[in-house]
Amino acid sequence: MITFEGVTKRYPDGTVAVDDLDLEVPTGAITVFVGPSGCGKTTSLRMINRMIDATSGRITLHGRDVREIDPPTLRRGIGYVIQQAGLFPHRKIVDNVATVPYLLGWSKKKARTRAMELLELVGLDPGLAGRYPFQLSGGQQQRVGVARALAADPPVLLMDEPFSAVDPIVRASLQDELLRLQSELRKTIVFVTHDIDEAVKLGDTVAVLRVGGRLAQMAGPATLLTEPADDFVREFLGRDRGIRRLSFISAKEVRLRPAPSDLATDEAGRPLGWRTGDELAAYGTFDPESDSLRAALDAALLSANGVAVAVDEDGRVRGVAGRDAIDELLAEYAPPPAPSPAPSPPPSQGSGPAEEAPA
Amino acid sequence: MSQEPLVRWDWIARNWANGGPTAISALLENHIVMAFLPVLFGLVVALPLGLACVRWRWLYQPTAAVMNVTYSLPSLVLFSIFLSVTGLTRSTVVIPLTFFALAVLVPAVVDGLASVPDPVRQSAVAMGFRPVRRLLRVELPVAVPVVLAGLRVATVSSISLVSVGALIGQGGLGNLFIDGWQRQFYTPIVVGIALIVLLAVLADGLLVLAQRLLTPWSRARRAA
Ligand SMILES: Nc1ncnc2c1ncn2[C@@H]1O[C@H](COP(=O)(O)OP(=O)(O)O)[C@@H](O)[C@H]1O
Ligand SMILES: [Mg+2]
Repeated sequence: MITFEGVTKRYPDGTVAVDDLDLEVPTGAITVFVGPSGCGKTTSLRMINRMIDATSGRITLHGRDVREIDPPTLRRGIGYVIQQAGLFPHRKIVDNVATVPYLLGWSKKKARTRAMELLELVGLDPGLAGRYPFQLSGGQQQRVGVARALAADPPVLLMDEPFSAVDPIVRASLQDELLRLQSELRKTIVFVTHDIDEAVKLGDTVAVLRVGGRLAQMAGPATLLTEPADDFVREFLGRDRGIRRLSFISAKEVRLRPAPSDLATDEAGRPLGWRTGDELAAYGTFDPESDSLRAALDAALLSANGVAVAVDEDGRVRGVAGRDAIDELLAEYAPPPAPSPAPSPPPSQGSGPAEEAPA
Repeated sequence: MSQEPLVRWDWIARNWANGGPTAISALLENHIVMAFLPVLFGLVVALPLGLACVRWRWLYQPTAAVMNVTYSLPSLVLFSIFLSVTGLTRSTVVIPLTFFALAVLVPAVVDGLASVPDPVRQSAVAMGFRPVRRLLRVELPVAVPVVLAGLRVATVSSISLVSVGALIGQGGLGNLFIDGWQRQFYTPIVVGIALIVLLAVLADGLLVLAQRLLTPWSRARRAA
């Protein structure tokens, strides 16, 4: 676990980049720091590995004040990934990845073997090992950056806008890759971004920072979308919060009924369309095992008759769900009633410090 | 003047290796030594000096100022100054040329270190490099292309400047010019020019080759 206790950073020119920050970064989960440019995200991140020292307050890592640890030693135990990858241009990919193992004094053979494993882990062709960074695409370089950060198997990973400089398609695949890796590795990750969609997609917990380095709200992504602490957070989250929140509800619980006879299928049982006279009309599908309620609703909206088709991983029809079935689940996950008029207790999920229990 | 050919090959054949100090081969050898020693000394001094200028930024301005003033002085003036100290020796040419080389190489080292991209330096820090190792393993190697470019300029200009030393009798191949002018006999002049150009092209080619071998990673980066 990483804790910030009353951490303030004032630069020599008087800029207060981080102001009295208190927060806990849980072990084995992804915590995202998100906020507009200049709100102190990078500064907060770099105070963890002491690339920047806090002006006051303290940061602890596994219960130890980071200031008690010699910086290079501290850093070798913390993976770090930055936006431009920052690969060493004069070193081959394999040696870039093996950087920290070399620093830790591993033999060349062991370090390179480890580097090759990591290239595979992050989904890179081992044939790239002998290339130089300039011979790789931006997305590939970023993967190498992640592999390099993971090389010595540090328990903690700091990532500063690692996917901001690549195009949206590559970014989405890098994000998916990170989630897949994390489901295997269970690292303690602090991920910095200015992109709220990325924050909501990746974060187990999202800390929203406002300019001046103050914490606006810290909560799980679904809570954040339903219960933004104030106008700043609400605005920062942007439009369609209600719909976006459905991404966090599994479609598993959607009540399915057997497919009616007007759903045409092929021999394998895959849907072809809704029969309307001689024509086949449009249909939408979702996989209840892996998709969200948002996908189920989307499938219903894409179907000519408003009925979503549930399929298994091979695309075979498992049943259908009408709007009624989707509505049932929507009702179940409706946001809690607004706390202000009724003297009911505040929402139990942890929100930001801006919320106070009624006296 | 009689109708003489521009180049008299028989003169070249007779004087290529006549055993004396004015043999063309001896002058060539002299020229090579006097051109390369300053570059070598220059590099040895420029590395620590350049590093110091990066480490203590205030040092760079005055250092650069001294270098530029030195560079603007006609080489002959410097030779004359050192003539009174070191006499009619090679040092009288080598020492001033070392200053000229420094004037190119110190900025090359400083610019080379400045050419290290910020993310590269920062990720080295974040990986846990200590300062000296970071300098030796990351920053200096990444600075090599810029330093080598400076080395090429310093080498070629050193090769050409040595000839001016002929005015104090220590000019390597430059002595052939004096000889030719004094006798209104063009063959030595042509030979001198040809050999100096050849030497410069050869040295530059070797440095380009060294650059290819030392920094295979920087070739396409420039093209990009
Ligand atoms: N070295 C520095 N000196 C002075 N001010 C700085 C320095 N680094 C960052 N700042 C300022 O501190 C604030 C926070 O910066 P930063 O942590 O980089 O924000 P973010 O990563 O959220 O964009 C900004 O106003 C920035 O201009
Ligand atoms: Mg930043």
